[in-house]
Amino acid sequence: MMKSDFLYRFSRNKIAVAGGGVVILLFIISLLAPWVAPYDPCEVNLQMVLAPPSPGHLLGTDQLGRDVLSRMIWGARISLKVGFVATGIAILIGTILGAIAGYYGKWVDVAIMRFVDIMLCFPTFFLILAVIAILEPSIWNIMVVIGLTGWMGVTRLVRADFISLKERDFVQAARAIGAGDLRIIFVHILPNAMASVLVTATLGVAGAILTESALSFLGIGVQPPTPSWGNILTAGKDNIDIAWWLSLYPGLAILITVLGYNLLGEGIRDTLDPRLR
Amino acid sequence: MLPLLIGITIVCFVVMRLAPGSPTDLQTQMNPRVSAEMRERLRAMYDLDKPLHQQYLSWLKKLAVLDLGRSFSPDHRPVADKILERLPITIILNILSLILILLVAIPLGVLSAVRKDSLFDRITAVFVFVGFATPTFWLALLLMILFGVHLGWLPVSGIRSLNYEYLPPVASFIDLVKHLILPVLLSAFGGLAGLSRYMRANMLEVIRQDYIMTARAKGLSEGVVIYKHALRNALLPVITILGLSVPGLIGGSVIFETIFAIPGMGQLFYMSVMARDYPVVMGILFIGAVLTLLGNLMADVCYALTDPRIRVS
Repeated sequence: MMKSDFLYRFSRNKIAVAGGGVVILLFIISLLAPWVAPYDPCEVNLQMVLAPPSPGHLLGTDQLGRDVLSRMIWGARISLKVGFVATGIAILIGTILGAIAGYYGKWVDVAIMRFVDIMLCFPTFFLILAVIAILEPSIWNIMVVIGLTGWMGVTRLVRADFISLKERDFVQAARAIGAGDLRIIFVHILPNAMASVLVTATLGVAGAILTESALSFLGIGVQPPTPSWGNILTAGKDNIDIAWWLSLYPGLAILITVLGYNLLGEGIRDTLDPRLR
Repeated sequence: MLPLLIGITIVCFVVMRLAPGSPTDLQTQMNPRVSAEMRERLRAMYDLDKPLHQQYLSWLKKLAVLDLGRSFSPDHRPVADKILERLPITIILNILSLILILLVAIPLGVLSAVRKDSLFDRITAVFVFVGFATPTFWLALLLMILFGVHLGWLPVSGIRSLNYEYLPPVASFIDLVKHLILPVLLSAFGGLAGLSRYMRANMLEVIRQDYIMTARAKGLSEGVVIYKHALRNALLPVITILGLSVPGLIGGSVIFETIFAIPGMGQLFYMSVMARDYPVVMGILFIGAVLTLLGNLMADVCYALTDPRIRVS
């Protein structure tokens, strides 16, 4: 499909464009966090502890008097970082393993797919928790762990694409002119399998953001004082009977973000493959 | 089945041995009176001084007779006991939410497929997308604030009230139900969106088939066509999806049981993770994977029972 054709068809899908808009807006907010946040996200003000939303603090303050809006703006940065790095790791592992399994077949395929089956037996959240507990919670560790436990779906997808693509004429032609395996895999077949990978990646970012927020909420993700949407919600749970604003807004931010990525991903899929509608 | 099981044990073991330092450090480093010799003895007690493959084999041998070792926590109880006493609550909660998911998602999916592009279908689609994106622990917080704090209708913690022992049977049952409403509702919520979407897609696929046209052509009423001919066939793949949703449900139990202070396996897992109680963490990781395996196996069996085409091949 031509690029301009893709953009034209995508732009006619209003819901997908809205999702893309949310994603772009979040990018801008994250980039400009130091300038758009009204307060320093870690500035403690003990005279303003648990203040409800007011013109001075639009979304109120937390248990240490820190501005919730500012913390949420900086939290957007964290979410984005975790979402992209974790998904990047998952896509990288998944694509390479899936390409190898699908291209070479035979025992290589059997071994890799068996490993995928084994990994799929573990409740992902259990696996993540166990590894995080061992490695000490930190933003880098959770990115790596979410990535390392999220590649199985990509592997299956890429493998299926490779199995159907590797018998096509253009691959035979490449082989006939003497292209090596690596060249065929990465230059000839992989670009044709990228469409489904792109969709999975977009949906994967949404999933990674959800997982990060759940981990941070449980106190095993991003550690305070670094602000993240999940750990603001922890404060919300601790002050559940007095400070509803600590519980409401960060969750809403997560919902909108995840919704944005999901709609964008679905939109890309519909555009690339209208039959799936 | 067996290769998968062995693979699971290897992954469990590798995960647990990723740890820098020794798990016994936690018991010794805060105590200045512990000598280096004492530390070595403690390591020997837990087999931590042997080479890795020997540690794995001795762990595997014990695993075969369901001896998961003893907890590192001060009570030093056998891990298997600690897990088994908490497993029933987790399983019951998950079964209840599975039933709830089925009861809601199937009619939702079928109706939105039958009335494709109607207002009902569109509202369901919005619900599904928002449902996908909602962090369930956040929804749990909001419902706790609404029903627990503001309205005071439902308890927000534990599965029984403090005066549980003194209540008459009926009241104590109602007490239990009240405690379970929010956790079951929320853990079902996560799977609801996915299954209803899936059900809708299945139903649309089936309605397009030739035999549905045949049923219509021979003059059957629309109700009979949809609910007798189409629904049965659209329900088949749902069995597989239910099997696949087991790991998600079990994984989610960590979050719900922690939020609602339910004494199940998920809460034990969370507490053990925080306390670095390695034997318990390893045991629950293993049991979680085995439960998933069983869920998939049961789905395969059910599928074969209901679909004669599978049995033939």
